[in-house]
Amino acid sequence: MTTRVGIEVSIAIADAVKLCNPDVVAAYPITPQTHIVEHLAELVADGELDAEYIPVESEHSAMSACLGSAASGARTFTATASQGLALMNEVVYVAAPMRLPIVMAVANRALSAPLSIWCDHSDMMSVRDTGWIQIIGENGQQLVDNIICAFRIAEDKRVLLPVMVHLDGFNLTHVIEPIAFPEQEEVDKFLKRTPYPLPLNPDKPVAMGEFAPPFIFTESKWAHEMAIVNSKKVIKEVWNEYNKKFGRQYTPVEKHHSDGAKVVLMTMGAVGETASVAVDEMVAEGQSVGQIRLRLWRPFPFEELRESVKDTDILIVLDRAISYGGPGGPVASEVKSAFYDQEKRPKIVSIVGGLGGRDITVAGFKDLINKGIKIARTGSKNEYEIYGVRE
Amino acid sequence: MEKYAVYVPRLVKKRENFAPGHRACIGCGEALAVRLAFKALDNNVIVANATGCMEIVASQIPNSSWHLPWIHTLFENAAAVASGIEAAYKAMRRKGMDVPNNVKVVAIGGDGATSDIGLQAISGALERGHDFTYICFDNEAYMNTGIQRSSATPFGAVTTTSPAGKKSFGQFTWKKNMPEIAAAHNIPYVATACHSYPFDLMEKVKKAVNTPGPAYVHVLSVCPTGWRSATDTVIRLGRLAVETGIFPLYEVENGQYKMSIDLPKLKPIQSYLKGQGRFRHLSDDLIAQIQERVKLEYEKLLGKAKNGNKRTKRNR
Repeated sequence: MTTRVGIEVSIAIADAVKLCNPDVVAAYPITPQTHIVEHLAELVADGELDAEYIPVESEHSAMSACLGSAASGARTFTATASQGLALMNEVVYVAAPMRLPIVMAVANRALSAPLSIWCDHSDMMSVRDTGWIQIIGENGQQLVDNIICAFRIAEDKRVLLPVMVHLDGFNLTHVIEPIAFPEQEEVDKFLKRTPYPLPLNPDKPVAMGEFAPPFIFTESKWAHEMAIVNSKKVIKEVWNEYNKKFGRQYTPVEKHHSDGAKVVLMTMGAVGETASVAVDEMVAEGQSVGQIRLRLWRPFPFEELRESVKDTDILIVLDRAISYGGPGGPVASEVKSAFYDQEKRPKIVSIVGGLGGRDITVAGFKDLINKGIKIARTGSKNEYEIYGVRE
Repeated sequence: MEKYAVYVPRLVKKRENFAPGHRACIGCGEALAVRLAFKALDNNVIVANATGCMEIVASQIPNSSWHLPWIHTLFENAAAVASGIEAAYKAMRRKGMDVPNNVKVVAIGGDGATSDIGLQAISGALERGHDFTYICFDNEAYMNTGIQRSSATPFGAVTTTSPAGKKSFGQFTWKKNMPEIAAAHNIPYVATACHSYPFDLMEKVKKAVNTPGPAYVHVLSVCPTGWRSATDTVIRLGRLAVETGIFPLYEVENGQYKMSIDLPKLKPIQSYLKGQGRFRHLSDDLIAQIQERVKLEYEKLLGKAKNGNKRTKRNR
């Protein structure tokens, strides 16, 4: 039985990465990701982690170095946030179709302008269609566990895709939480080395990243799509095995009082815990309210989502990003499309809030849920609501 | 020099690492330079290729001209990709994983990928001291996309984005001095080369790759398509670029400059310019201006070589 230690989540993530024994870490510092890469640099400097730490000159080069490293068959990690993710966007797109099992932690932070170092999910949304597997953590323990699972999922021969692990900037990166770490031997057993199938190796030359003329491009895209769609089975398998070994279960959609609830709030990331407190209080007051938390953003868990709100009348989706001039929060519009063809479907209300680090308190969540219920019942002339804005 | 030319070809391996059958233009100097550069090396090399002519002409799913492990990802990041490969091999070897020993990493790119869009990634990789070689195959414009100007396009040259017109004589900036930028990183080896001096090119690439730490080789590659020159003048133009002092061949080994070829007297630059359509419009005034600049730059370089390495003269 492992003991829990009080530790900053960023440091814990770096320690979890160390447990995974990566060969190469290439990273460029950006707030609020810095503590993760600083601690990794320390671990390498102290000889506690036997890896090459490449202090690259930009995020673009961070991900580019990760491509070269993973293509050579090395276990590879990086971390970034916000503008860094935006700068490396071009390279992020390349990693997945080239089937390079890189793991990246993203300390979610708002995108400029205006400049904000605080959390929202606009950076996460900017990489939605990059073809990476994307897991969202809600607290330090989930992140430590999912960093370990991420390597296992990425390197599985049935998957071979890069995995992003999202954590809210500051609300998670800079808070101290009690976290249990698995033992090194246990992680080694869970995360056995499987050689990358066709690495860059002079003994057996391969050409990687050739251009594709129209006769093959569609097929290559479809192969990628199949890989990520089929990865869901492996992700669930890995999570189940993790639960057997370490006693903590993860699912693509996590339910909290949602079974049978008439009103359900859907959240992503750390605000989910504050929302849970609000939901608990409302349940105690006798209201039929529940919550679901999206743990797996890509591949999108359609079935699990539909199942989790099958008795629900009103589904309120909280987005921490705006799709300007669009149909609502980016997550809400996906949720709407997931239910459009269903015979029985809840009324879906899109609420955008918590932008650029704006807090939503417990009272705020109650207010937000009540607003959502009102909109669902009376309708609204807006495509979506923005919570707490001063007009 | 004559004896050199007779004996050295026998020392060159028959093996081609860059095979024929690619789709380069007729008379492509760059394809020749790439072939020579990699012919100089064994097969323990991994190539990271920037987007550009050489990536396009030598790849297309499912074919390849490369007999070496080869990776292309993007335009501006070949040096960063090479950093990752080098670090990966270093770590995997140290950790006792089953990987071959003595793997060499070579990143290649055109002048746009090198002196424009990829400059930051190259500077980063050189500064960090990775054990790799970067080779720039410089054909002096974005040829792959249709002859647009780059910072390596010479003064006065016409390209599709530096056209000559009533108010312009073409490219109005001087060629960026990429080898000097590389040398300013204080890396152990920098060299310039040209396909028209094949053995010199091969020796320099070999030396660069076998030098521990970062090395940079800048190879002038004549492009008949972009330079508007005859395909049978590729070798001659490369020689003239060197003999006029426009593209001097030299090495910088641990900070010591060394000229590669003795040129008692530089040829007038007209002999180089006249065979190329891209310079056809130049007035005598502009030619004189270029001549003056070439002389100045060449003397500056000679000065460094003289101060830097007294043995140069004795060796020759």
